[in-house]
Amino acid sequence: MPETKTQMNPSHEGNQADRRRGATPEGAPDLGQLVAGIVGQAKSGEDIEAFAGWDREVSVRTYEGEIEHLVSAESAGVGIRVVSAGKAGFAYCGTLDRSAIAEALAEARDNLTFATPDEFVGLAEPDGVVAPDLELIANDFAELDTTAKVAMALELESKVAEGDKRIKKVESSNYSDVIWHSALASTKGIQASTSATRAFIHAVAIASDGGEPRTGVGYSVGKAPGELSVDEAARDAIERSTLLLGAKKPKSGRLDVVFDPRVTSTLLSILAGTLSGEAVEKGRSLFAGRMGEDIGSELLTVTEDPTDPKAYLASCYDGEGLATRRTELVSKGVLSAYLYDSYSARRAGTKSTGSAVRSGFQGTPGVGARALSCQPGDLTQAEMIAGIENGILVTSISGVHSGVNPISGDFSVGAEGVLIRSGKLAEPVKEATIASTIQRMLLGVSAVGSDVEWMPSSAAGVSLAMADVSLSGD
Amino acid sequence: MLNPQVVDSTLAVALSKGGDFAEIFVEDRQATGTSLDDGKIEEMSSGRNRGAGIRVIVGETTGFAHTTDLSEEGLAKAAMAAAAVATRSPQGGTVSAGDVGGSGAGLREMEAGRFKGTYEPLLAKLSGREGRVILPESVPKSRKVELLRQADEIARAQGGAIAQVMAGYGDSRRRFLVANSDGVWAEDDQVRTRISVSCVAVGDAGMQTGYESVAETVGFELFEKVKVEEVAAAAADRALAKLNARPAPSGALPVVLKGGSGGILFHEACGHGLEADHIVKDSSVYAGKVGELVASPLVTLVDDGMMAGEWGNFLVDDEGMPAKRNVLIENGVLTDYMWDYVRGRKRGVPSGQGRGRGGAGLGSSGNGRRQSYEHLPMVRMTNTYLIAGSDDPDEIVAQTPRGVYVAKLGGGQVNTTTGDFVFGMVEAYLIEDGRITEPLRDANLIGNGPEVLRRIDAVAGDFSMSPGTCGKDGQSVPVGCGQPTLRITEVTIGGTAGA
Repeated sequence: MPETKTQMNPSHEGNQADRRRGATPEGAPDLGQLVAGIVGQAKSGEDIEAFAGWDREVSVRTYEGEIEHLVSAESAGVGIRVVSAGKAGFAYCGTLDRSAIAEALAEARDNLTFATPDEFVGLAEPDGVVAPDLELIANDFAELDTTAKVAMALELESKVAEGDKRIKKVESSNYSDVIWHSALASTKGIQASTSATRAFIHAVAIASDGGEPRTGVGYSVGKAPGELSVDEAARDAIERSTLLLGAKKPKSGRLDVVFDPRVTSTLLSILAGTLSGEAVEKGRSLFAGRMGEDIGSELLTVTEDPTDPKAYLASCYDGEGLATRRTELVSKGVLSAYLYDSYSARRAGTKSTGSAVRSGFQGTPGVGARALSCQPGDLTQAEMIAGIENGILVTSISGVHSGVNPISGDFSVGAEGVLIRSGKLAEPVKEATIASTIQRMLLGVSAVGSDVEWMPSSAAGVSLAMADVSLSGD
Repeated sequence: MLNPQVVDSTLAVALSKGGDFAEIFVEDRQATGTSLDDGKIEEMSSGRNRGAGIRVIVGETTGFAHTTDLSEEGLAKAAMAAAAVATRSPQGGTVSAGDVGGSGAGLREMEAGRFKGTYEPLLAKLSGREGRVILPESVPKSRKVELLRQADEIARAQGGAIAQVMAGYGDSRRRFLVANSDGVWAEDDQVRTRISVSCVAVGDAGMQTGYESVAETVGFELFEKVKVEEVAAAAADRALAKLNARPAPSGALPVVLKGGSGGILFHEACGHGLEADHIVKDSSVYAGKVGELVASPLVTLVDDGMMAGEWGNFLVDDEGMPAKRNVLIENGVLTDYMWDYVRGRKRGVPSGQGRGRGGAGLGSSGNGRRQSYEHLPMVRMTNTYLIAGSDDPDEIVAQTPRGVYVAKLGGGQVNTTTGDFVFGMVEAYLIEDGRITEPLRDANLIGNGPEVLRRIDAVAGDFSMSPGTCGKDGQSVPVGCGQPTLRITEVTIGGTAGA
């Protein structure tokens, strides 16, 4: 579907990060009591799962030294699933108002009557796995007042604008933070309350040295404003926008590729989609039936671990209230696990991997990854480049949603970067694509960098080299 | 949705700190969705979101807050939060309109924008549509589910290789009231209905996928016109056609886009770049080019919010301005950009196409849209399309010795500053000796907006629209895209096979 530039923002998905014994943060409603009250209304023969989410966010955008906008907002809502006799129904309301919740419960009960009975449909059963004890709320989160947040966005803007004379404009400089709290309860005895904080700054820089402009986004992310580095975000924006100045369309051909960590993070998310137990069970995974087989280079070990507090979406519980856990998906190239929520696990005759995710109170849970990473190798990006005769360092990709088919495996994305010749970075390129298939790319991994870096997404980045990919240009 | 006294008092609170402009947007949205997958109707979902967003503008700065509490007290609290920007300058001091208002027309416009308390009656509502709209809530859920069963059955009947079918149905009713301190008061009641089918086919060379959807700004009467069977068969046939597809070429080739294959080319190649928010920041390749030839003379591009029933259709936009038909590029010459209320208001001059109604809304092209009351409005497309030409579609193919014929496009993405964009093909064929031959596997195409627009050398007389969801700065809105069959003399195809 049509889309313009992708922008990175803190996730507002209230479930996607949490705190083990998630006490209600100051100013937040008591969601634990609320969901317990909903679950208490279950009639005999039915199961209920209630999820409630609340968040409060501040976001500031500056442009040319002025505040472009300042948003302060609180949102809350409830999503209710009712299950009876192998049928499930769902309804939500974007408020914590009692009559709206009662209406949603009635709707969910009505909605389930239209489902086709399915023996595997049901709520998650407690499985005895103990949730990790993660501290996901920064105590000093509230220390900065709005004026200081505005000042941080302005400082970032001026540091980008003045950091390099080739920066012609800062299209926007942004500060945002969010505190969220959620609670989930069910008639199966599940109770999971979670809270987390995040702060994020980013700037979009436009650089030019007299020719065509190039753009670059730089950011810094943390649990509290105090963890953000304006200097790092500014440097990142300047480097990314100036690196490709003078870029030209390359000649088509086959070559080796080094993916920048940010790009690898996207690639890992694509891979996780193909390893979803739901996709496997429903005949939509190109890796179905390949368990225990070599699907990638032996250099490739990929893990999903939301219990790692460094992960942006680290979480104690999944979207069905089960404890999160570490799952090794690919071990030295061998397919070792799929990700499951409770439905797909039941269907596959196995156990949930605690991989249910939900997109806030309006969404029903489904299988997804939160914290993917590659086991690092021992080379720096420069060393990886030095080992390549004819290749390209890809610094950004576009059109992932329009050019990557996770079912057929066809992979074709817009790419920008710098050509590599005889182990050295050569001229920058734009308006090109790189293409292969997901299957070939995994087998073609020729080096994994040592530079694992957690990103504000569901996967960590790392430099990744692979052989023989098609570059299309002139 | 709110009585005028409450609106008055909320806007007065919003301006109490000294803002130049205040607006309240109250929305009540109900939606239902259901899907069938793997032969089974899954969890049906329904819900409701209701709340108000309030914005206050002081000089160049917008303050915004939203609330689900629609009582006078709740709205006043949100209005105070939005008004806080009026007391906060970048340095933390006090900002007043005079400090940052600039000079000339801008300043006068702001004075004129002081709270009026009397509204221009612009009550769009459902009037004129009421008689023929079958509201989603009036249709039994079992009827909606039945459509999906039908889709599943038909898709599977297209061939034994169809291994999996997912069908989705969704409807929404979005009612809103928007009122502002310039005296605008408008309401709309937007009903949208969609159905989509995606299929997986399995063959010797692995799995392939096919997708088709129909989505319109209408009620359940959509299915009097649209046959679910046809949607399902199209999705299945698309997957089946690709089973023996060969890898797409790698490199630059002529490309013929089939009429109605998506229209996403224009959405990405120039649509986003013609949105005024990119223009005023000089972050578009099209900034400063009004009156210049920016495309082939065969290109006349229109954005039309009034296109009845299309996915991007409405009566008033999310800032209360009436939908309009705006010619953006005429015979290759850039005629205007798309404007929202605030940027149009700052510009302060009526633009070329009879827009504005003399007072409030001067300069808006009816392109101010937002995902929900929780979002700030910004400049967005509605239904964007290339006007049909006079060439014969078959003849265009016949006169293309070698190239790629794209029958269906997927999504796309653009960097408005550089103009570089990608768009994906999900059903495509080789053209050899002027004939459509082998099916091709999915790939992205990449180009630079202004360059690709100049390379359009044939435009046919056929035409149709397709629905899409456009994402910008974290907000999604429904849009339509349309185009007749056309040829681009050269564009880079991101496949893996020799070109």
